[in-house]
Amino acid sequence: MQIELKIRRYDPERDEKPHWESYLVDASPMDRVLDLLHRVKYEQDATLTFRRSCGHGICGSDAMMINRRNRLACKIRVDQLGKKRIEVEPLPGLPVIKDLVVDMEGFFDHYRSVMPFLVAGEAVPERERLQSADDRARYDDTTKCILCGACTSSCPSFWAKESYVGPAAIVNAHRFIFDTRDTAADERLEILADRDGVWRCRTIFNCTDACPRGIKITQAILEVSSAIIDRQA
Amino acid sequence: MQHDYDAIIVGAGGAGLWAALELARAGVRAAVLTKLYPTRSHTGAAQGGVCAALGNLEEDHWEWHMFDTVKGGDYLVDQDAAEVLSREAIECVIELEHMGLPFNRTPEGKIDQRRFGGHTRNYGEAAVKRSCFAADRTGHMILQTLYQQCVKAGVRFFDEYHVVDLLFEGGDGGDGGRAAGAVAYRIADGELHTFRASAVLLATGGFGRMFRITSNAWSLTGDGVALTYRHGIPVEDMEFYQFHPTGLYGLGILLSEAARGEGGTLLNDAGERFMERYAPRLMELAPRDMVSRAIYLEIRDGRGIGGKDYVFLDVHHLGRELIEEKLPDITEFARIYLGVEPLREPVPITPTAHYAMGGIPTDLETRVVRDERNTIVPGLYAAGECACVSVHGANRLGTNSLVDLLVFGRRAGRRMVADVRGIGLPDLPLDPTAPVRAEIEAIRSSDGRESAARIRADLAASMMDNCSVFRDEALLRQAATDVAALRERYASVAVADKGGAFNTDLLEAREVGYLLDCAETTVFAAQRRTESRGAHYREDYPERNDTDFLAHSLVYPGPHGPTVRWKPVTITRFEPKPRVY
Repeated sequence: MQIELKIRRYDPERDEKPHWESYLVDASPMDRVLDLLHRVKYEQDATLTFRRSCGHGICGSDAMMINRRNRLACKIRVDQLGKKRIEVEPLPGLPVIKDLVVDMEGFFDHYRSVMPFLVAGEAVPERERLQSADDRARYDDTTKCILCGACTSSCPSFWAKESYVGPAAIVNAHRFIFDTRDTAADERLEILADRDGVWRCRTIFNCTDACPRGIKITQAILEVSSAIIDRQA
Repeated sequence: MQHDYDAIIVGAGGAGLWAALELARAGVRAAVLTKLYPTRSHTGAAQGGVCAALGNLEEDHWEWHMFDTVKGGDYLVDQDAAEVLSREAIECVIELEHMGLPFNRTPEGKIDQRRFGGHTRNYGEAAVKRSCFAADRTGHMILQTLYQQCVKAGVRFFDEYHVVDLLFEGGDGGDGGRAAGAVAYRIADGELHTFRASAVLLATGGFGRMFRITSNAWSLTGDGVALTYRHGIPVEDMEFYQFHPTGLYGLGILLSEAARGEGGTLLNDAGERFMERYAPRLMELAPRDMVSRAIYLEIRDGRGIGGKDYVFLDVHHLGRELIEEKLPDITEFARIYLGVEPLREPVPITPTAHYAMGGIPTDLETRVVRDERNTIVPGLYAAGECACVSVHGANRLGTNSLVDLLVFGRRAGRRMVADVRGIGLPDLPLDPTAPVRAEIEAIRSSDGRESAARIRADLAASMMDNCSVFRDEALLRQAATDVAALRERYASVAVADKGGAFNTDLLEAREVGYLLDCAETTVFAAQRRTESRGAHYREDYPERNDTDFLAHSLVYPGPHGPTVRWKPVTITRFEPKPRVY
């Protein structure tokens, strides 16, 4: 079948502002949107620009807005979209560098601001630390994050205020706050109790819907909020 | 623009990140350059686990791991390197746990372990639980954990800086020169940056994109391997390229060997567990080269599913609970990419190009060497898939890629810390970016008619047809002819995007050039090795020949094309024996 792929294009060296361009591409129902983008780039217009690497949903390079929802282009099939016309845009709320490529620096700055690393005591045992399977399960969900940015850039609170750390950063703080081996939960909770922390979340659930890894992001944010309240009590 | 550092690291996968961590902890001025963002690196795609003889569930010893590695590599493994690998695997896994890696746990809270192909107890008796894992996203967790620790340690990253040339002082790399840095192309705006450094580590990964069906990321184009080769440094054991038995049919997306380690089976059209006939003891957990050949033989003999070119991987009998806890990602891949539900039905699979055993020759300290006498290229290091130590010999065992990048990434960092002390920065050529600037301008301004994407597709098709699991002289001659013709076409490659900003058209054209170098040397070495060993299987020479070929190939660039020399294998504990499983 033929699909009309509408792509929001922008070349900073040629265009004053973004514009739409349409491409007709042959597609099968099992094709991913990434396959269609490649078909355009390699058969019709080599200037089309997007990021991609692993091609199967684990590296997080090709998050973009597809039919008005943030997704990974390599993880959404043509038949799942169920339309003859597919619209592809860069992730919203982030500065566009070119075509579907957005500036991720601010996103990673937010991530780095929440101490996204294990802090543990100096006394390191000779073998592994013990951790029960239940304690390990407590933070399993948030270890799945691939930092693709689909959640943060789908969040109206982030669109309204880009100083908000955003869902992805909170997910990565959660991953350590609830790890029994970690000793810096208080410091992270203090960071996230700031006015640009968890309180900006309005539980809109866009992030959870956008996450290509199926992480229950809103729930993770609420767990962090509860931990802040418990700590203050 | 010029930057000065004591050490630079090219590539931010597991090897590069661990090396960076060692340098940062020692207070060395260092920087990491990556053409992606660090967390996009392909280490993150590794699934099943990382082997270390912890013995958490049953008796195990590093000597057994070493033996399995040597035998799995069909005795082409340098045994001093295999000893380092299997001993230090234990320290590295424990250290990763200390860094926070969320391993699955045993009921006592220790790191959980599972079976993996070719890993056995007591020198081949039966499969052993040696692979430490975090569900089926072990590589993702390794990459995340190492990046997290790099953030903590304040490592300096240059993200989306694509290294396009290496710099040397006092002669070229193959000619006695010392590494002096690298030239990087900043992807955001196309500006060339010169990085001067006393130590340069290449950790650029593999080059699976030279094959049509591959588990490898689009970014795996052999950049580091090709750049060293272009500076006169040989490549080692390029003829050994691993095809993983279980790629999703038609796509090549990896389904971890962990599926078989947990009890998954391979079935032909008759519903037979055909591995019984090829490896009666280890069955589906035989080494990958043997399983991949068995699958192709089944297909060739008409026992593919419905007579077609695939077989089944079946995990449904493992039950929902085990699958959701230990194999969640790969079952999701089957659902999304093939529309198959592994909880109920078998998954169509075929072998997929997966891992380069060969690469840039190094010694045990990750120092790049340039001949069979191990003459060092001062200041140049390599670790991970791009390097050939050689710990994998003719065929890598499952999980040993992660073991390799951890053990030798850590060694690279420590070696560089020691080596940069007290030596001054090298001198750079007068105009260090001139050669690569000319190359880039030639592509940008070319009015040729060839597209890099078409050349890459034709290359990948020929390599798949002529230089994959089964080879013979006629096929390899065809591959050599094709690669030479593609090289001709590459001389008139042109780009449509002439701009400076985020020009992936231009960078992909460069990457195809690297793939051509990798393919040319692979085919060349495969033609010279007239025996069968590990992943290199010649139907016209089906036996292993230790008399003539118990040696590593070193392929050198020359004015009239490549030339080959041979380097002896280091044998310490285990005399070569026939490989039976």
